[in-house]
Amino acid sequence: MSSNNDIILDETKIGRALTRIAHEILEHNSGAETLAVIGILTRGAFLAKRIAAIIENLEGVKVPVGLMDISLYRDDLHSKLDQPVVQRTDILFEVSERNIILVDDVLYTGRTIRAALDQIIDFGRPRTIQLAVLVDRGHRELPIKADYVGVNIPTSKSDQVVLEVKEKEGSDRVYIVKGGAGSSTTAKVPAKTPKKKGGRT
Amino acid sequence: MSHLASRHLLGLEGVSKEDMTLILDTADSFREVLDRTIKKLPTLRGITVVNLFYEPSTRTRISFELAEKRLSADTVSFSPSTSSVQKGESLRDTVQNIEAMKIDMVVVRHKSSGVPYYLTQCMDANIINAGDGTHEHPTQGLLDMFTIRRKYKKLEGLRVVLVGDVKHSRVTRSNLWGLKTMGASVALCGPSTLMPYEVERFGVDHYTDIDEALEGADVVNIMRIQLERQQAGLFPSQREYTNLFGITRERLKRLNKNYTIMHPGPMNRGVEITSEVADSDQSVILDQVTNGVAVRMAVLYLLSGRKKEEGADND
Repeated sequence: MSSNNDIILDETKIGRALTRIAHEILEHNSGAETLAVIGILTRGAFLAKRIAAIIENLEGVKVPVGLMDISLYRDDLHSKLDQPVVQRTDILFEVSERNIILVDDVLYTGRTIRAALDQIIDFGRPRTIQLAVLVDRGHRELPIKADYVGVNIPTSKSDQVVLEVKEKEGSDRVYIVKGGAGSSTTAKVPAKTPKKKGGRT
Repeated sequence: MSHLASRHLLGLEGVSKEDMTLILDTADSFREVLDRTIKKLPTLRGITVVNLFYEPSTRTRISFELAEKRLSADTVSFSPSTSSVQKGESLRDTVQNIEAMKIDMVVVRHKSSGVPYYLTQCMDANIINAGDGTHEHPTQGLLDMFTIRRKYKKLEGLRVVLVGDVKHSRVTRSNLWGLKTMGASVALCGPSTLMPYEVERFGVDHYTDIDEALEGADVVNIMRIQLERQQAGLFPSQREYTNLFGITRERLKRLNKNYTIMHPGPMNRGVEITSEVADSDQSVILDQVTNGVAVRMAVLYLLSGRKKEEGADND
């Protein structure tokens, strides 16, 4: 495996991280009765569903899951050439008085989370909003901190952290593209594996 | 990331299927926002939109203003009756003075066809056509398509009949171009005096017999009879028009089972449509109005990111 695209988490480690996060959420909230999970599209939504499934396995409580597109709450809409494609936000439960677990894949500048907080508050007044992320890569631009972190990865600003998920790419893994220059976590750059040499960077 | 091919929305003629699909898909997301308790987004914060309505309007004007406010844009509404237009100021001078106040987008309605295009030639702002003369009313066409697509989950292959004053109706033209591009089968129907010259160039079926036109249709979109046309002698009387072209429950038997009744408003009840039909379960007339806000939000959002220096086409 080349050092250019190093795999940080494989399927097993991602599974363990999500299980640990689910346990921490239950411990911190003394159970699952007041919980609701909201995943930030696209990949945060897959992780949110998995965390909710783990909680259901552990506690026998079906936790409501919502999906959120934050495009319309971004603070950089007018500084970009292209408008983000707007996806549907589906929060079909009352957020007021619930403990909301906001789930994203990679925490970077904090601007996505700021947008998500604004949007959740437009839906109602939750008792708490707690943040769960699979990867915290640092470089925050806003005073935002995750409550539950799968793994902290020191990165350069020029790196790209990529999460691939079974639901979209057929396998679970997190890897870094050195010099990928971007915060995008969509799987645009294939990770190098011993079998498959060469990857677009 | 995605964007429309043009910085302006002047009409649906020539707009690609991809662009129309992008607008309709985006409108789907905005439609969900309208069902929330707080129907407001910060998306267009910092963007200033001017509504230039040189013609009377209820639905379109309120719909655009609501769409702008829902997106947190700053809005200014202009009315010629209380402006310097009354002192003889030209359209060009009016809009250039407004632009000098640092505005970003203009929504324009005018009695003369071509005014929105003219504005693209003398302003840098994004121009949205809210109806120009007998040319087009693109957002009405889009919201009609959105309403149909929301019910049938598709547009392709549906048979849509546009009934009424085809000659003077900008809504008919926008529906025609849009639906045709999206793969629907379009038919026009109206008195021969209200059919445009060389109607064949539209490349769609056209009828002067309403019963023949409605046979096997999925959607009938009924255009308002502009009563001022009667004074012009284009049809003998409202009663005759109603007898020959009015949409009654009896005539609906010719439509497909899961049919839909549409009307862009304002309706002349008892002339082009009976109250019984307008208020029936198959009528989506009020849904059209609700969906109009979502579609206009989508158009404003998608155009707001396109500045002149990006070199996008002006057509």
